[in-house]
Amino acid sequence: MEDLEKLVEQAQSAIAAAADNQALDEVRVQYLGKKGEITGLLKNLGKLSKEERPEAGAKINRAKEALQSSINEQKEKLAAAELEAQLASQRVDVTLPGRNAEVGGLHPVTRTMKRIEAFFANVGFKVVQGPEIEDDYHNFEALNIPSHHPARAMHDTFYFNANTLLRTHTSPVQIRTMESSDAPYRVICPGRVYRCDSDLTHTPMFHQVEGLLVDENVTFADLKGVLELFLREFFEKELSVRFRPSYFPFTEPSAEVDIECVICGGEGCRVCSHTGWLEVLGCGMVHPRVFEHVNVDTEKFTGFAFGMGVERLAMLRYGVNDLRLFFENDLKFLSQFR
Amino acid sequence: MRISESWLKEWVKSDSSTEELAAKLTMAGLEVDGVEPVAGEFNGVVVGEILHCEQHPDADKLRVCTVAAGEEEPLSIVCGAPNARVGIKIPCAKVGAVLPGDFKIKKAKLRGVPSFGMLCAEQELGLAESSDGLMELPSDAPVGVDIREYLSLNDSIIDVDLTPNRSDCLSIAGVAREIGVVQRAEYSPLHIDEVAATINDTFDIAITAKKHCPRYVGRVIKGVNVAAETPLWMVEKLRRSDIRSIDPIVDVTNYVLIELGQPMHAFDLEKLSNGINVRLANEGEKLVILSGQELELSAETLVIADQDKALALAGVMGGAESGVAEGTKDILLESAFFDPIAIAGKARNYGLHTDSSHRFERGVDFELQRKAIERATALLLEIAGGEPGPVVEVASDEHLPKLEPIVLRRAQIKRVLGFEMADSDVEDILGRLGMDLVSTESGWHIVPPPYRFDIRIEVDLIEELGRVWGYNNLPTQLPAMNFEVVSQPEETIGEDAIKQLLVSRGYQEAITYTFVDQELLSIIEPNRKPVELANPISADMSHMRTSIWAGLLKAAQHNINRQQHRVRIFETGLVFEDDNGIQQAPHLGGLIYGDVAGESWSGKSRPVDFFDVKGDLESVLALAVDSERFEFHAGEHPALHPGQSAQIVSNGAVVGYVGALHPVIQKKLDIPGALYVFDIKMEAISARTIPSFKELSRFPEVRRDLAVIIEEKIPAESILKIVRKESGEWLTNSVIFDVYQGDNLEEGHKSVAFGLTLQHPSRTLKDEEVNEVVDRVVASLKEQLNVTLRE
Repeated sequence: MEDLEKLVEQAQSAIAAAADNQALDEVRVQYLGKKGEITGLLKNLGKLSKEERPEAGAKINRAKEALQSSINEQKEKLAAAELEAQLASQRVDVTLPGRNAEVGGLHPVTRTMKRIEAFFANVGFKVVQGPEIEDDYHNFEALNIPSHHPARAMHDTFYFNANTLLRTHTSPVQIRTMESSDAPYRVICPGRVYRCDSDLTHTPMFHQVEGLLVDENVTFADLKGVLELFLREFFEKELSVRFRPSYFPFTEPSAEVDIECVICGGEGCRVCSHTGWLEVLGCGMVHPRVFEHVNVDTEKFTGFAFGMGVERLAMLRYGVNDLRLFFENDLKFLSQFR
Repeated sequence: MRISESWLKEWVKSDSSTEELAAKLTMAGLEVDGVEPVAGEFNGVVVGEILHCEQHPDADKLRVCTVAAGEEEPLSIVCGAPNARVGIKIPCAKVGAVLPGDFKIKKAKLRGVPSFGMLCAEQELGLAESSDGLMELPSDAPVGVDIREYLSLNDSIIDVDLTPNRSDCLSIAGVAREIGVVQRAEYSPLHIDEVAATINDTFDIAITAKKHCPRYVGRVIKGVNVAAETPLWMVEKLRRSDIRSIDPIVDVTNYVLIELGQPMHAFDLEKLSNGINVRLANEGEKLVILSGQELELSAETLVIADQDKALALAGVMGGAESGVAEGTKDILLESAFFDPIAIAGKARNYGLHTDSSHRFERGVDFELQRKAIERATALLLEIAGGEPGPVVEVASDEHLPKLEPIVLRRAQIKRVLGFEMADSDVEDILGRLGMDLVSTESGWHIVPPPYRFDIRIEVDLIEELGRVWGYNNLPTQLPAMNFEVVSQPEETIGEDAIKQLLVSRGYQEAITYTFVDQELLSIIEPNRKPVELANPISADMSHMRTSIWAGLLKAAQHNINRQQHRVRIFETGLVFEDDNGIQQAPHLGGLIYGDVAGESWSGKSRPVDFFDVKGDLESVLALAVDSERFEFHAGEHPALHPGQSAQIVSNGAVVGYVGALHPVIQKKLDIPGALYVFDIKMEAISARTIPSFKELSRFPEVRRDLAVIIEEKIPAESILKIVRKESGEWLTNSVIFDVYQGDNLEEGHKSVAFGLTLQHPSRTLKDEEVNEVVDRVVASLKEQLNVTLRE
C-alpha cells in the first residue's frame, strides 16, 4: 500500500500541474483510466488475503474519489482561468469616444421661444401664428396707428407696395385672432418680424412673442402679475421688476418693463448702461379703439397685451454679446446651444 | 430731447439731484436715455485776455503770448493755436489747473521758452467733440473769472427720449411742468407781457387752408440789427440744446422753440410781396428751402406763400429766398398753429425732419402762438433792437381743436387699474396736470389742457392717474385661472417633434433671413416668381425667398468657408411666391454636406450621399405613422442633380423635393463637395394617424427571399408595390436587401433581391400557401415588369 500513497501523491501533483483540459485528461487516464495505475492496484487486490481485501479496496476507492474530485476542481480552475483570459483579451479602452454620438441643437432663438411658449401654455395661453407679409390694415390701422401717425416712423417698415408690407410686429396676429373668434382670448403669437434697420444692435429681421389676454375683469394688476411671474420664471431668479409708463398706440395705459440687470445684479454695468435696469418688455391694456376695430364689447371686456424681443431675452439669458451672431448661423455659435 | 438741468430748474423748484430727477422723469414715462455734464471735469481755468503775441524764436508754429488772467502780473504762455492773437479773450488754464482726463498744468519750457499755463480750446475743456483753435469768449468776458462760473458749466444735459404722444414735453416749459406734477414741486411758468407796438406797420395775413392752419400770428419788427451779438447766456442755452448760434433773429426763434415749444419763423420783410397766404401748394410748385434743396411740391403740402410764390414749407422749414440774411433789417415774425394731421408725414415725404415738423406733427399747444410771439419780440428787442408793430392774428375758431369734456367714471378707474383710487387723489392728480374737473354723480367731466393732444378719451385719463400714482405703486395680482383647456389634437404632428427628430439625427437648426439675393433665387427656383421689397436694406436682401434652400446654402457656404468640413442644418419657416397674389406657406428644409459621421478613431467615414439625406427625410415622414402615403418619384428640379433628385408625392401632389445640389450650382457657390438637400411643405407632414391596435399573431413568420433581374431604369419601388399588392393580407414585411449591377448581368439590367415575410394571424401557414403567394408575386412581376427570376 505504500505504492498507493506514492501514486496518489504523484497523481495529485500531476493534476495540479495540468495546464489545460487535455493534460488533465491524460492525467486522469494515466491514473484512473481502465488501464490506469490506480485502477491497476484494484486488479492486484486478488493477491491480498481475504481479510485484507475489503480495507485495501476501500482505501483505493477513496484515493480514486479524492483524485477525481481534484481533477474536477482543477477543471473548474482551468475553466475560470480560461474565461478570465478570454475576458482579458476582450478588454476595450472605455475612454475612447462612442460612435455616432453627435446630436445637433435648436437655434437659441427657438430655444428661447420655446421657454416663453411653455410658460404661457402652462397658464392657459394658446399659440397662434399668422402671415409675415401683412396688409397695412392689420399691421397698423387696426392697431390704432393711422397712416399719419408719428409712431409709424418708429417702425421702419419694409414695403412691397403702399398696402403690403412685412409685419413690423406680431400684433397683427392678435387682430386676426380677434377677428376670427369671440372673446375671451388667451393667445401668444411668436414669430419673425421685420424692421428696415441694420446696425450693431438691430437686425432687419428678428423675433417677437406677443401675448393677449382678454376677458371680463382683467386689470392692469393682472398684467403686472402675469409678467412679473413670467420674468422670474424665465430667468429662474427672484429679480426686481419695474413698470414704467410708456406709449404704444394700441395700448392704454402702456408700460415698458425693466428687470434688474441680470449681468451685474443691478449694480450698473455696460450692458445696462450703468442704470442697473434692463428693458425687456412692452405692454399695456388693450386700447378701446383696437377693440372697436374687431368688435369686442369694451363695456364687457378688458384685456392686456404684451410683446417681447426674443433675441434680447436670449442674449440676456445666455450672455450673447452680439445680436448679429443669431443670423450668421455659424456652427461654432449654434453648437453652443445643445 | 436734450435738456439743460439748470435751465429746467429756472422753471421748476426741485431740490432733487440730477440722478433723482432723471429717475423721476423715467418713472413718469419720460425715459431718460442719459445724463452727461455739459463740460468735462476741470478746475483752475479762468477768462484770460491775450495782451501781446510774439513769434516763438525757435518754432514756426508756436507763439509766446502775454495773457492777463486776473493775476498781478500777466502770464507768459506758449501757445500753438492758429487763432491766438492780441485782443481775444480765451479760457486760460493756470499753473495748478487740472483739465479733463486728470491733466495737470505745470510750469514748462517749450523749445526753451518758459510757459506758465495753457490757453484752451473747447475740446480741451470737454465742451466739444473737436475744435480747431482756441475757444474765443465774448469781448465783455470779465478777465480772471473762473470759466466754470462764467459759462455756468456746473450743469448737466438730461437726454429725454420722448414718446410721440408727449409733444407737450418738447420744451423746457413742458418738462418743467411735468416735474412739477410728479414731484409736487413748484412750477413757475414765465410771465409773458405784451410788448406794445411802437410803429403801426402790419403785413396782411390770409389763410386759405383754414383746416390745416387754424391760427396764424404775425408781427412786423423794423430796424432789427442782425449783426448784433447774441448774448452768451442764450448761446450757451442753445448749445446745450444742440443748436448752433447763427444770428440774433434765428437764435431768438430757436430759443422760444426750446423754451416754450412753439416753432417760429422770421421772414425778411423786404423779400415778401403783398400779404401772406397760408394755402396748399399747387401740384409741381417749386420751392428752394433753407437747406438749399429745391422741392417740387405736391398738392397736399401746406405752404406759407405771399401773393407770388411759396415762401416756406409750413411747419417744416423756411425758404432760402425769404429768410433772414446778413442785410436783413425788417422782419415778419411768424407763430402759427398747424393741424398735426396736415403736417404729419409731410416732412418725411420730402426726406426732411426738423425740430419744427417734429413738434407740429405731434401737436403744439394751440393757445401758445400769441405768447410765443410776445416772448420772441421782447427777447429780440433786448438783443437786436427794432421797432415792433402790432400783433396780427388770424384764427378760425371752427377749425381749432375742440376741448370737449371727457367723462371719467369712478368705476372705470377700478376696472382698468384694479384698485379704487380716492376721489381726492383723482382730483389732485388731474388738477395738477392742468385739467378742468367738474364732479358728477358717477365721476367727473374733465377738460384737458390745450397742450395735451394725447388726452381725448376716458382711458387716457386713467393712464394719467396710473402714471402719476406710479405704476409700481399699483396693485399686482394673478388673474383668475381660466379652465378653458387648450386642445392638443393627437393627429397634429408638432413642429417641435419634427425639429427634435432632426436634432437627434445630428442636424443643427438655422434661422436665415427671409429676404435673399435675387440672383441666387433665379438659379435655384427659376420658375417661381419671388415677391420683391420696395425698400430693401441692401441689394442682396431684396427678394423674399421662394425656397428655404437659399438661406441654407448661404449658411453652408459661410461655414464651409470657415473650415467646417461637415454641415447638417435645417430650417423651418415661410416661403413666399407671387402666384396669383402673394402666397406664403411654411416649409421645412434641410442640407447635409461632408462626411456621414464625424472623424473617429474607429474607422474611416464616407461622404454623405443621396440615401443619407433621403433617410433623414424618411425619418421625418415616419412621424406620420402611415408614411406610406408618401412616394418618391424620380423628378427633376432646377436646383438638383437630374440623376439624383426625387419628388415627394403625397395624395397625388408634389409636396417636396430631395436630392443632390446641381453640380453647376455647387460650383457657382464655390463649395468643394457635394451637398444634399431636402424641402417639404409643413402642411404635408403636420398630420399623423392615430395608432390603431392590431392583434399580435402567436404563429411563426415565414420569410422567402427572391432575386430578380430587371431593366435598370425601372425603379425598385415598383417591385415592392407589386409585392405588397399581390401578397395579400398575410404580408407583414417586405424589404429590398440587395441591388446589384455588374459584369455577369446583361447590360442595362440590374439584380434586385428582396424578402417577404408572411404570417397568418391565427394559424401556422402551410408551405403550399406560402408558395402560392410567392408564385403569384413572381407571375405578376414577370408580367408587369418583365423580370427574370434569378436562381
